[in-house]
Amino acid sequence: MSKMNLLQAINNALDIALSSNEKALCFGEDVGHFGGVFRATSHLQEKYGKHRCFNTPLTEQGIVGFANGLAAQGMTAIAEIQFADYIFPAFDQIVNETAKFRYRSGNEFNVGGITIRTPYGGGINGGHYHSQSPEAYFTHTPGLKVVVPRNPEQAKGLLLAAIRDPNPVIFFEPKRIYRASVGEVPDEDYQLPLGKAEVVREGTDITLVAWGAQMEAIEKAADLAEKDGISCELIDLRTLLPWDRDTLAESVKKTGRLIINHEAPKTSGFGAEIAAAIQEACFLHLESPILRVTGLDTPFPLALEKEYLPDHLKTYEAIITSINY
Amino acid sequence: MTDKRETAALIVHEPAFYDATSLQIPTLRILREDGTLYPGASLPEINQTLALKIYDTFLFIRALDERLLASQRQGRISFYMTETGEEAADIGSTAALADDDMIMAQYREQGALAFRGFTPDQFMNQLFSNEKDLGKGRQMPIHYGSSELHYMTVSSTLGTQLPHATGYAFALKAQQKPNCVLCFFGEGAASEGDFHAALNMAGVFKVPVIFFCRNNGYAISTPAHEQYAGDGIAPRGVGYGLKTIRVDGNDVFAVLKATQEARKLAVEHHQPVLIEAMTYRLGAHSSSDDPSGYRNKSEEDTWRAKCPVMRLKNWLIHQHWWDEEQDSQRKQFHRDAIVAAMKKAEKLPAPPLNDLFTDVYDALPWHLKEQQAELVSHLRKYPDAYPKSAGRLGDE
Repeated sequence: MSKMNLLQAINNALDIALSSNEKALCFGEDVGHFGGVFRATSHLQEKYGKHRCFNTPLTEQGIVGFANGLAAQGMTAIAEIQFADYIFPAFDQIVNETAKFRYRSGNEFNVGGITIRTPYGGGINGGHYHSQSPEAYFTHTPGLKVVVPRNPEQAKGLLLAAIRDPNPVIFFEPKRIYRASVGEVPDEDYQLPLGKAEVVREGTDITLVAWGAQMEAIEKAADLAEKDGISCELIDLRTLLPWDRDTLAESVKKTGRLIINHEAPKTSGFGAEIAAAIQEACFLHLESPILRVTGLDTPFPLALEKEYLPDHLKTYEAIITSINY
Repeated sequence: MTDKRETAALIVHEPAFYDATSLQIPTLRILREDGTLYPGASLPEINQTLALKIYDTFLFIRALDERLLASQRQGRISFYMTETGEEAADIGSTAALADDDMIMAQYREQGALAFRGFTPDQFMNQLFSNEKDLGKGRQMPIHYGSSELHYMTVSSTLGTQLPHATGYAFALKAQQKPNCVLCFFGEGAASEGDFHAALNMAGVFKVPVIFFCRNNGYAISTPAHEQYAGDGIAPRGVGYGLKTIRVDGNDVFAVLKATQEARKLAVEHHQPVLIEAMTYRLGAHSSSDDPSGYRNKSEEDTWRAKCPVMRLKNWLIHQHWWDEEQDSQRKQFHRDAIVAAMKKAEKLPAPPLNDLFTDVYDALPWHLKEQQAELVSHLRKYPDAYPKSAGRLGDE
């Protein structure tokens, strides 16, 4: 075990991915010698050479298109998009190409070797284009897997699983807690299962679900609620596509109440999918309406970032509303 | 110093602006329309076997396109696209490759696939979306693909295959394989952002790729002069640091020779290449298009006279490797083979219901299993409404 922050855990996972598979390549804008604008790829070029970890020209559609070609040939392509806000130029390559490669060819070809890593989320004074949480654009796309870790230990295990999964994965990294989230991380090579949620804290009165940096908000909200004698069950979804409906439904059948928290805007956010699926699966068990505590249906603001974010207080209020329903 | 910009470039003291006239890229032409060579021109590497194989593929594609366009008109298939007039471009360039070089096509390059050995049955199975289609009936007609023949499955999205070609070529170089990628696209697709991304990255990474532009004058109804203002596509290659050549796309020897040399540059020197083949789309854009709405017949006739098939045929006759009687026999042979394959393919059922759900991922996740089970019980309840699949559910 070593103490690492979330970035160090990602760097460690990439190091293991490159050392354990000579077909694995890391690339993107500024990931080479410089080691990435967040330093996620620090020292990898030094260790593995320019042919394994390298800069690309500044073109997101090029980066993902290039990754598709690499993976179609059988390489393990670990691409970085500098900010999730800038993944949209590559949207066509991801949605029309990456996601449909295996299906449209009848499995004659596939790009399962792709992982796209990208820092996402607000809380860093990032304004419109350094704060977005675009996961729901991708959970609407059959053929992709979408993964979000919440802490260093999770980040390493999930990233290694994403890189080795035989399907394309978009790996969203919560940049607000890149350095703030510190924890013990096993030194060895390990993987955490994709498609499996984790019950982080057991409770009996209400279920709270979130992913990534928002796990902090629901944990704090649960602590506040506990002082009122409310027992919250906390679930980290970890994988958004395909998501673990059964673990969540099991929890809601027990507690009878559900609050979904995500940073992305409310309308058509992934929370809507969860709410619809859980009311379908748990209709007779629900004691109150499923509530969503989310970002607002506005572009991500700069000055009023704190007001925008679905923090622990907003979550706590939702808990009280749900319990008193 | 890692900044490699040229700071010692030529200096002037009055403004001087440059345009296409500063860089005039000529067109390589070897074979005349009467089947003789231009004075001073020399043949590509070619022997009788290869020449006859290229020509036979021309005849096959002409027969295929003619028959299948008619079938679409009769409503037997939903969609079709011919490559009439452009056969020398895709077949001539493919003839310069090793069999295991990867081809990435746009959609008007069925000749390349035929040259590689895709059979009439395989063409028909894809066109009729039956259970033997390698693509499992999921894509529209003409979206062919074959891993065995190193022909990447076609997708409708224009230009997306260009950065794939760069990435695939990077992987070939990384594994020290003596191969290249040949990537086809039209002059319209060259306006997409992916063209820029792909050529720029290929230039920077120095990968074994040949970008092959079929400049046929039209992107559906849009003439080339509404597509770009520069001197075609070729000068852009120079701008990205690629070796660049323009060829007469109706001259199979010019295409073959340029691609043979391009392949050497790509494979032996990791030097990416851009080839612009000047040709003309003699047919409609697709079975859903009528070109009489945007261009005139006399223009088409001018290009019909420059027919690539006729040019090669004339040359073969000069060599005494071919004659008119062989020609008509072989044309009939292909027509018969295509009709026979079509009759067979039409009778095969659609792919089984299972093929609707597989290959989204390597394995079915829970939500797809659930949706499949729901659909199966629905089909059992209303079998008459779903004749393609309902009768076969018991087999699964």
